[in-house]
Amino acid sequence: MTLDGNALAGSLREIFAVDLTAALGTCAHCRARGPLAEVVVYADAPGSVGRCAHCGEVVLRLVHGPDRVWLDLHGLLSIEIRLPA
Amino acid sequence: MATLQERRAESPSAVTLVLDVPGWPGHLPGQHVDVRLTAEDGYRAQRSYSIASAPAGERVELTVQRVADGEVSPYLVDVLEAGDQVELRGPVGGWFVWRPQDTEPVLLVAGGSGLVPLMAMIRTRRAEHAATPFRLRYSVRTSADRLYADELEPAPGLEITHLYTRVAPPGEPRPPGRLTRADLAGVPPSDCFVCGPTGFVEAAADLLVDLGHDPARIRTERFGPTGG
Repeated sequence: MTLDGNALAGSLREIFAVDLTAALGTCAHCRARGPLAEVVVYADAPGSVGRCAHCGEVVLRLVHGPDRVWLDLHGLLSIEIRLPA
Repeated sequence: MATLQERRAESPSAVTLVLDVPGWPGHLPGQHVDVRLTAEDGYRAQRSYSIASAPAGERVELTVQRVADGEVSPYLVDVLEAGDQVELRGPVGGWFVWRPQDTEPVLLVAGGSGLVPLMAMIRTRRAEHAATPFRLRYSVRTSADRLYADELEPAPGLEITHLYTRVAPPGEPRPPGRLTRADLAGVPPSDCFVCGPTGFVEAAADLLVDLGHDPARIRTERFGPTGG
């Protein structure tokens, strides 16, 4: 069962000062660029795994523990964030 | 913390929760909130729900569909009473949103309870007296399953089409069935918002691209059983 990056908005907002779902990520594998909202998200795992909508490679992993969160972004080459006006 | 003010049945399996959220900063239609429940033993479950209402002070409405084996939705739909409190975080999400200052025509494509964030857009359009043309294609099982049935009426600049998948009401010319290319045809270039279960969203987005819509103007939001 897959969702999309919109489902990670709350978890990412807990960590970052701005919304990341509208940010443009570049996949480190295929270089496709698009909003993180469009990442394919597998949420049934112990954490959430996000895969590139174009090539299917893992672009992010997010795991919540009782008192900490692990965020692995090594599948993203860069994230372009539009700052609030 | 949010306090339940009122609950409204929307269909046999969906309820709208009217919440009072002190300090609510306002929201954009399409945004959602995370609702967190904590059991007495400390076990926590969190789910994301779309906001159904237009911005209105500290009042926030969520429409929740009961998921049969869900951990959170049965509690919200069947147990939560006026005066009860729930932990709520949001608004969150900045991608699947419509801004009233956007004047391009809008096509909304809803599958089942995927209508909820799109309803917030329709309500905001009305509250802001926006003239932006809106078209809604709403795929729903039967007429009894329709959300906001009394409120969803065509209005100037707002076109509404129901697409029944299981049983069509008497007089409905379209035979019941899944979304087809013809259901989405005849729409001028628009900002498209598609929300529903994953399979529905992917089928609808593919049809829109096939019909010539610019993929860059198609925004999608998927939900599934993990949202239960």
